[in-house]
Amino acid sequence: MAKANMRPDKVEMPAQDPKVRARNFDEVTYGYTEEMAVEEASRCLQCKHRPCVEGCPVNVQIPEFIHLITEGDFEGAYQKILETNVLPAVCGRVCPQETQCESRCVRGIKHEPVGIGRLERFVADYHRAHSNPVAAKVESNGHKVAVIGSGPSGLSCAGDLSKLGYEVVIFESLQTGGGVLSYGIPEFRLPKSIVKEEIKQLELDGVKLETNMVVGRILSIDELLHDYGFEAVYVASGAGLPKFLGIAGENGVGVYSANEYLTRTNLMKAYDDNYDTPIRKSKNVAVIGGGNVAMDAARTALRLGAENVYIVYRRSFAEMPARQEEVHHAQEEGIQFLNLNNPVEINLDEHGEVVGMTLIRMELGEPDSSGRRRPEPIPGSQHDIEVDTVIVSLGTDPNPLIKATTPGLDVTNWGGIIVNDEGKTSRDAVYAGGDAVTGAATVISAMGAGKVAAASIDRYIMSKEAEAEAEAN
Amino acid sequence: MFKIVSKEKLNDIVTRMYIEAPLIAKKGKAGQFIIFRIDEHGERVPLTIADTRPEDGTVGIIFQTAGKATRLLSEMNEGDEILDFVGPLGKPSELDGYKKACVIGGGVGTAIAYPSAKALKANGAEVDVIVGFRNKDIVILEDDFRACSDNLYVTTDDGSYGYHGFVTDKLRELLEGGKEYDLVIAIGPVPMMKFVCDLTKEHNIKTLVSLNPIMVDGTGMCGGCRVMVGGELKFACVDGPEFDGHEVDFDDLMMRNRTYSKFEKEEDHKCNLGLKQKAQA
Ligand SMILES: Cc1cc2nc3c(=O)[nH]c(=O)nc-3n(C[C@H](O)[C@H](O)[C@H](O)COP(=O)(O)OP(=O)(O)OC[C@H]3O[C@@H](n4cnc5c(N)ncnc54)[C@H](O)[C@@H]3O)c2cc1C
Ligand SMILES: Cc1cc2nc3c(=O)[nH]c(=O)nc-3n(C[C@H](O)[C@H](O)[C@H](O)COP(=O)(O)OP(=O)(O)OC[C@H]3O[C@@H](n4cnc5c(N)ncnc54)[C@H](O)[C@@H]3O)c2cc1C
Ligand code: SF4
Ligand code: SF4
Ligand code: FES
Repeated sequence: MAKANMRPDKVEMPAQDPKVRARNFDEVTYGYTEEMAVEEASRCLQCKHRPCVEGCPVNVQIPEFIHLITEGDFEGAYQKILETNVLPAVCGRVCPQETQCESRCVRGIKHEPVGIGRLERFVADYHRAHSNPVAAKVESNGHKVAVIGSGPSGLSCAGDLSKLGYEVVIFESLQTGGGVLSYGIPEFRLPKSIVKEEIKQLELDGVKLETNMVVGRILSIDELLHDYGFEAVYVASGAGLPKFLGIAGENGVGVYSANEYLTRTNLMKAYDDNYDTPIRKSKNVAVIGGGNVAMDAARTALRLGAENVYIVYRRSFAEMPARQEEVHHAQEEGIQFLNLNNPVEINLDEHGEVVGMTLIRMELGEPDSSGRRRPEPIPGSQHDIEVDTVIVSLGTDPNPLIKATTPGLDVTNWGGIIVNDEGKTSRDAVYAGGDAVTGAATVISAMGAGKVAAASIDRYIMSKEAEAEAEAN
Repeated sequence: MFKIVSKEKLNDIVTRMYIEAPLIAKKGKAGQFIIFRIDEHGERVPLTIADTRPEDGTVGIIFQTAGKATRLLSEMNEGDEILDFVGPLGKPSELDGYKKACVIGGGVGTAIAYPSAKALKANGAEVDVIVGFRNKDIVILEDDFRACSDNLYVTTDDGSYGYHGFVTDKLRELLEGGKEYDLVIAIGPVPMMKFVCDLTKEHNIKTLVSLNPIMVDGTGMCGGCRVMVGGELKFACVDGPEFDGHEVDFDDLMMRNRTYSKFEKEEDHKCNLGLKQKAQA
């Protein structure tokens, strides 16, 4: 093998100028050119013990695909990734690489790790630009499985099962597939055309996507199993139920959950005049929370024309759960961080319209059970900020509909579906995974759960078939 | 795609349609709703399931032209198709075990109340119906209600037809005249529901109302439909849309429904579902 390129930092990925991009919905970064990709790939040491692979929840064959890039075999690199990850164009863009694959990279010990995510994105984009979608040829094995929810978890489970010959139908309550990839993560981070194409490829491979189908209302899991001939069900309904603060003024005109704000903008394209979706024209916006979702909401508000956008977060940068890259991008674009501040009340005028928010300053005390230092209010430090829109981004819980309509399905006290190591729930033939099980997590962990469940479902159905055959003989 | 199989104008601004949606026709119950979207660029708009015909796989909707989406839908014709039609959403009404019920509808709310009246009647309850309109020209569904009620009272604000007054006036008259009910259902403009609830509270009669806050997904994901009921935050699309009227914070609801009045991407705001009309009492 050629000697590795020892440049200390990642090859930089070109991006739109922050001032310009803060006012448009085009993708923030442009991705690598072929030359950049080959150069970045050459930084990989091809470690024999492959620590990076262990950091990836779906075990992408990282050194192998990177090696193929150095040889200029970009399509081969793509196929290598595809062996374990059906959504490389998505993961390359949105995985928190700094805590996953790249966190284990040997090059990262002294310098910057290899840009695994950027390379993954590059090969996926290369593939899309240079090939026409073709259907995978798989013979049907005559068995049917239903998947509930078309987010990353449902898509990866469906993809794996269909490769094994199963007839898979995904039931999705919204008009479009993709789950959070479509309604949550903004266009400027993950262009929706990419999500569409990934879904199209699955459909081409034979997966059926039935939109506008709210399972639990139109059909129950028991009906799917008993009346519609599905032999197993995979529940990947996500964690979509927004939490609120419970403070005064929260039902005022101009207070949104991040989910509503992002859904109106991403799924319903409120920023595009060709769509009829209304959204508030805001001047000063406060986003409450410090996660990825809060960053997305804040950067969306800026792009919708707000002059001042604040992040109100009760701890400090060090504790912020959002990805570093997103915080960094948000800062570049001019989002103002009011860290160590907690909302006390949302102030409304006589018409119920938001006119401001009262905050209290916080200081960090002793670490709490999560190991993070607990924020405590500083007495007498209340102060007001002038805002006309407030976006609440405090996380989400699993939607209770499936639980409420599936007798015998056990959930935790916060509503997460309980599963064993194989992704099986308390009900026979019913499997679950992704955010519906873990609470809000990551795209790739949701996909990992989908793969685990696909393998378990296959084992379950095959063993049932074997039993039936044994009985017949 | 979902085909419009029939269309009928009930008055100048209210239209009834039957849409081909066999599964919803089989599953939909009184109190539940659908969300439609005409095309790729349209809004998601909730409408109550006014009727279901499982035998021919169609679902009835009755809607008033309120803004762009309902106007575009009202301009479509038999044989045309709409892109999305999702349901049944929300919880079905719980109408078992009642003996004497009074169903009250105001404006297009009468359409939303109709399936409940029909279901109560089918359950064997004695059903009185009070429906109120601004004037004679916009009275709708009179024959339909007559067929599923023991007594039907039509009221108009200006006295041009039926009883001269508001639905609450008629209800008060009936209650003071000694009528007894074990259930009242009130569906219409928020102020109307609020005043019905004030009255039935005095008389200690259980009262259900159907709320129509702004909705996006209708599955409990956006929180846009949040309402305060009994001091708790509820999502009307999954916890409702029907609630115990004596527990609902109507002022909060009226405030929230103003959200888009300034921001609609729509030029004409002439007719507004009567949802923002002046208090009816
Ligand atoms: C704004 C935002 C930004 C994020 N950014 C990142 C990021 O940068 N990187 C990252 O790794 N993760 C990110 N996440 C988290 C990540 O998107 C989720 O962890 C992931 O999407 C979970 O996948 P899932 O398949 O379990 O569920 P979801 O993506 O939530 O999909 C669930 C699907 O099920 C459907 N559904 C629900 N109930 C029913 C029902 N009863 N019947 C039929 N269908 C139903 C829903 O409509 C939805 O389409 C972000 C999340 C949000 C909200
Ligand atoms: C569960 C439910 C059931 C419903 N059932 C029916 C029905 O059977 N028949 C019917 O005619 N209507 C019904 N509605 C109301 C209907 O969904 C709205 O009128 C809808 O907004 C019309 O859409 P549009 O695009 O035509 O008008 P829009 O352009 O959305 O709205 C026009 C005007 O109405 C205001 N508005 C929008 N939504 C609401 C709302 N929810 N409450 C008060 N004001 C609002 C806007 O601010 C705007 O000024 C129901 C609503 C809900 C939530
Ligand atoms: S899928 Fe995500 S975690 Fe795995 S290698 Fe790709 S970017 Fe890294
Ligand atoms: S740890 Fe880093 S250098 Fe080693 S193989 Fe993985 S990506 Fe390459
Ligand atoms: S309409 Fe979105 S949560 Fe009810």
